Amino acid sequence: MPRKTYIAAIQAALAEEMRRDERVLLMGEDVRLGVFAGTRGLHAEFGDRRVIDPPISELGVAGAGVGAAATGLRPVVDLMFGTFLYLAFDQIANQAAAMRYMFGGQATLPVVFMTQNGGGIGAGPHHSQPVHPLFMYLPAIKVVMPSTPYDVKGLLKAAIRDDNPVVFFNHLSLGGQRGEVPDEEYVIPLGKADIKRAGSDVTIVAAGLMVHHALKAAEELAQAGIEAEVIDLRTLKPWDEETVLASVAKTGRFVAVDESYPVCGAAGEWAATVAEKAFHHLKAPVQRLSSRHVPVPFSPTLEKMMMPSAAEIVARVRELMAAG
Amino acid sequence: MTTLLDVAAAQSVAPEVVMDIYRRILRIRRFEEQVGKLFAQGQLPGFVHLYIGAEAVGAGVCAALRDDDYIISTHRGHGHVIAKGGDMKRMMAELFGKVTGYCKGKGGSMHIADFEIGMLGACGIVGGGIPVAVGAGLSASYRGTDQVSVTFFGDGAANEGSFHESLNLASVLKLPVLFVCENNQYGEFTPAERAMNIKDIALRAQGYGIPGVIADGTDPLAMYVVAREAVARARRGEGPTLIEAKTHRKGGHAEGEDAFLAGQQYRLADEKEAAQRHDPLVKLHAYVVEQGLVTVEELETLDQATLQEVAEAVEFARTSPEPSAETLLEDLWV
Repeated sequence: MPRKTYIAAIQAALAEEMRRDERVLLMGEDVRLGVFAGTRGLHAEFGDRRVIDPPISELGVAGAGVGAAATGLRPVVDLMFGTFLYLAFDQIANQAAAMRYMFGGQATLPVVFMTQNGGGIGAGPHHSQPVHPLFMYLPAIKVVMPSTPYDVKGLLKAAIRDDNPVVFFNHLSLGGQRGEVPDEEYVIPLGKADIKRAGSDVTIVAAGLMVHHALKAAEELAQAGIEAEVIDLRTLKPWDEETVLASVAKTGRFVAVDESYPVCGAAGEWAATVAEKAFHHLKAPVQRLSSRHVPVPFSPTLEKMMMPSAAEIVARVRELMAAG
Repeated sequence: MTTLLDVAAAQSVAPEVVMDIYRRILRIRRFEEQVGKLFAQGQLPGFVHLYIGAEAVGAGVCAALRDDDYIISTHRGHGHVIAKGGDMKRMMAELFGKVTGYCKGKGGSMHIADFEIGMLGACGIVGGGIPVAVGAGLSASYRGTDQVSVTFFGDGAANEGSFHESLNLASVLKLPVLFVCENNQYGEFTPAERAMNIKDIALRAQGYGIPGVIADGTDPLAMYVVAREAVARARRGEGPTLIEAKTHRKGGHAEGEDAFLAGQQYRLADEKEAAQRHDPLVKLHAYVVEQGLVTVEELETLDQATLQEVAEAVEFARTSPEPSAETLLEDLWV
């Protein structure tokens, strides 16, 4: 099977879907050049009409994506960095998340807002803050956060084919990551988690970059005889409760690892659900690991300390095992 | 007798179009008067913003559109729905929050939509609908149709970022969009003259390289003529136009606003008087009679029929069922 980078997998997904469906178009800051490479080469193949470089106007462009989707197109709006979604927030929260419901089901909005979320490359507070919980909060919006080249391709294709608005979070620091990516057609259904590593002692749930930290932690724990099951949620909303609850029923221990903040963050949502629905299976209290509640610092040293690390996951799991 | 200001423009409009515009204005007026009464009687939940005084804008512009063209409206949106050909029964039922309403009771006064007639929804966020209308224009252009997209908004929205981003985006991409600013001289309760240091919002078009036109937003036929030209331009693929309609609200920002204002006055005396003097329905009524297009008796018959349509809409809304519990979670996902 061919090996590709995460970025090349994004390119492949976009190109395949644009070839497959004339209604798919791409617009966003510098998508023509593809400065972060995810959209590189598409302009050469699809031209000005389908690969649109708009002015830097996140609110206007996001809203144009909503309007185009409401009238028969399937736009992919590239908003470059997760933090730029704050500029587009009104159109996503008040329009995309509300229109279908508030118009009694009249609007169908197949629009994908694609961006790079999270940190890890020293990009500083305005280019690294993870924003995904804000979009999990909104009704009618699907939220996707892939961790591997294989997943990003299959999930992006599913997001483009979905008839609901999707916020699609690529991870800023995973772009160069390589993995097996088939050239053949495949689509990964939204809402299905993937067990990235099977284990019987503890369930670790994560998405995006944190999946890699969790897998690294699991290797280390295995050397100490602790078998962690690592579940990559892949889709954050709707999320695959069933797979997580089944795992907790087996392991009796639960650690949620997420790059967002502890207050109203994604880990809190997962932990609360497990505490509520799998309490009788738990041998120890549910655990959350989140980033520290500060703007993302620039210094690589500080940034590393700010977000959950593999070492931190190992330590937390060891505490859990010791507790019972 | 009140006559239209722009006689030359008026005479370029075919008699059947004049009467079509008259009927649109009359339907809006009688609907809105009834809504005002129902609100005062405490029969309608939530907020209600009436279009009375500005009917010339919605009616004049929509008369220049085809059924397959798009419009996007504002919190003051009932007039736009009716002007585009909306059904009073489903509108009134929506205002009552009934399941037979346009949005099954989930939208209410500020969110009426009828996708069947290209009415892509009213919007409760000031300026929020403008980018969406640009997207509809992009879609029309992308699909190779000659549909146009119209966004109505107020003077208040002209100070929102969404307005500026959208004008620029539509200009750069040369999209078939009409930006129709209903300058009724107040953003909620604040006079526009305290919210901007220019008299004419149409001037802002220059900053984005598109035509900016000022029109008398109390003259229905002048509005039609200006819109007709902008629509033709858009259909030819020559891009967007900003139309500033100088108009008035005959009433306040929202019905029942005295309760919020606690006796404070915010309207300028001259403007309040002008709003009464420049009533678009009175003007057009005088014009159609003067021109001999129709008799006063025929207009009276039309008025009675319109009042009957409104009465039937209220009856329909009143007797319609409330939404059932199952509908609460419906219409969220496809």
